Amino acid sequence: MAKNLTTVVSSKTQTVEINRNNPTVIIGERINPTGRKLMLKALQNGDFDMVRTDALSQVAAGAKILDVNAGVPGADEIALMKQVLSTVMEAVDVPLCIDTADTDALAVALELYEGKALINSVNGEERSLETVLPLAKEHGAALIALCMDDDGIPATADERLAVAGKIIERAGKRGIPIEDIVIDPLALTMGADHTAGFVVMEAIQKIVAEFGVNITMGASNISFGMPERKHINSTFIAMAIHAGMTCPITNPLVAQVGIAVLAADLAMGRDEYGMKWIKAYRARQKEEGK
Amino acid sequence: MSDIYERLATGILEGEAEKITKLVNRGLKKGLSAKELLDNGLIVGMDEVGVRFKRGDMFVPEVLMSADSMAAGMTILRPILIESGAEMLGKIVMGTVKGDLHDIGKNLVSMMCEGAGFEIVNLGFNVDPETFIEAIKEHQPAIVGMSAMLTTTMRAMGHTIKALEEAGLRDQVKVMVGGAPVDKEFSDAIGSDGYGSNAPSGAELAKQLVSAA
Repeated sequence: MAKNLTTVVSSKTQTVEINRNNPTVIIGERINPTGRKLMLKALQNGDFDMVRTDALSQVAAGAKILDVNAGVPGADEIALMKQVLSTVMEAVDVPLCIDTADTDALAVALELYEGKALINSVNGEERSLETVLPLAKEHGAALIALCMDDDGIPATADERLAVAGKIIERAGKRGIPIEDIVIDPLALTMGADHTAGFVVMEAIQKIVAEFGVNITMGASNISFGMPERKHINSTFIAMAIHAGMTCPITNPLVAQVGIAVLAADLAMGRDEYGMKWIKAYRARQKEEGK
Repeated sequence: MSDIYERLATGILEGEAEKITKLVNRGLKKGLSAKELLDNGLIVGMDEVGVRFKRGDMFVPEVLMSADSMAAGMTILRPILIESGAEMLGKIVMGTVKGDLHDIGKNLVSMMCEGAGFEIVNLGFNVDPETFIEAIKEHQPAIVGMSAMLTTTMRAMGHTIKALEEAGLRDQVKVMVGGAPVDKEFSDAIGSDGYGSNAPSGAELAKQLVSAA
């Protein structure tokens, strides 16, 4: 078993340490126009109120890091990323995760960001390794690495482990330390393949045993096509935390997700005296009493 | 004889591929035509799958099983239909556009279209415009279907349509698009012939596009 590594990310005023001994770090997913028609329209109209509101509400709901994506079709992503990022940095103090497929937008965002950012993402494709790794090194950023390469997303856990290893090695050659790499083993849809959940659990366990790195996942996609998705998502997230996931990218405003994370942390012995669980219960009671 | 059609339709709805194979073979032995078995049995079942899926009474895994059963039936019927000169709905070249690695949605639409009677040429994901062009030249499809799941990759659908125009192929095919970030407005803006918001609508759209042609 590899030693558990600590990934540090920071804003100007806050530092977050992601580690398997600490409570799970939720990366809030809401600041992203993909599949959110209202936010897409708002961004197209240069309206950033929704971005500000979503930043505040996610942090209030327990997100320790916020993902920031400004990919709007037909728009100038560099300009938009600057505006969205500035809006979020003004609204909240938490560290940010810069989410873009556009290398130029990424470069500009890293220039603007104050602190140690988390980049979302690099993957095993040659083009991605060659463009994203140098930027991460230059800015001393941590980065999320997706377990896929030029051949697509591998079907088996062992193949995903191999892609993770390749990215860690290539990053190492550029002087990026392994603890700065957070692996995303890629949760696919169980609605299309009922073994998708099992495969990704196995991949997490193997990657953690081999490298000790932190693990993230977009954990909402897993239930696509199924009824009562929130039950699947919350159970899946708890199981993935047991398997070794440390910082899921998810929606903290869905009460069930936050509750599943807290219960999983308690069950993993990471919630001293159960105080986080009890505190969250009291907060919910107060909310209901309103 | 009506009984066998009903059982075929039920078999499709319940996703029982083996049962469909048996029933289709029995029907042929009894002298029913491939066209009758298809139109009165399999397609009736598949239409009902579309209705129930849209209504939220059926879910993706069930639709996949129904599509598999449909494919089992078509494996037997297609060669007979072609030989008898029955009019087929034609081919659809289907792919997720360049830079996008999402496979599932596009495969769902492909299966629903196959269920509706089309022949599918599935180019997979991360398909560049040149590959679409080569496939059109080789397979002479009636329709080209494109999928994109990211706001950052949906632009590639527009680029692909432009490439088809430049290659002088745009007039010989209908183009349909779909995917999470896509909507009718975007579809119109890039000059596509239609947009489907889910897999059954994609199949319906495909049928409309060929009947309008």
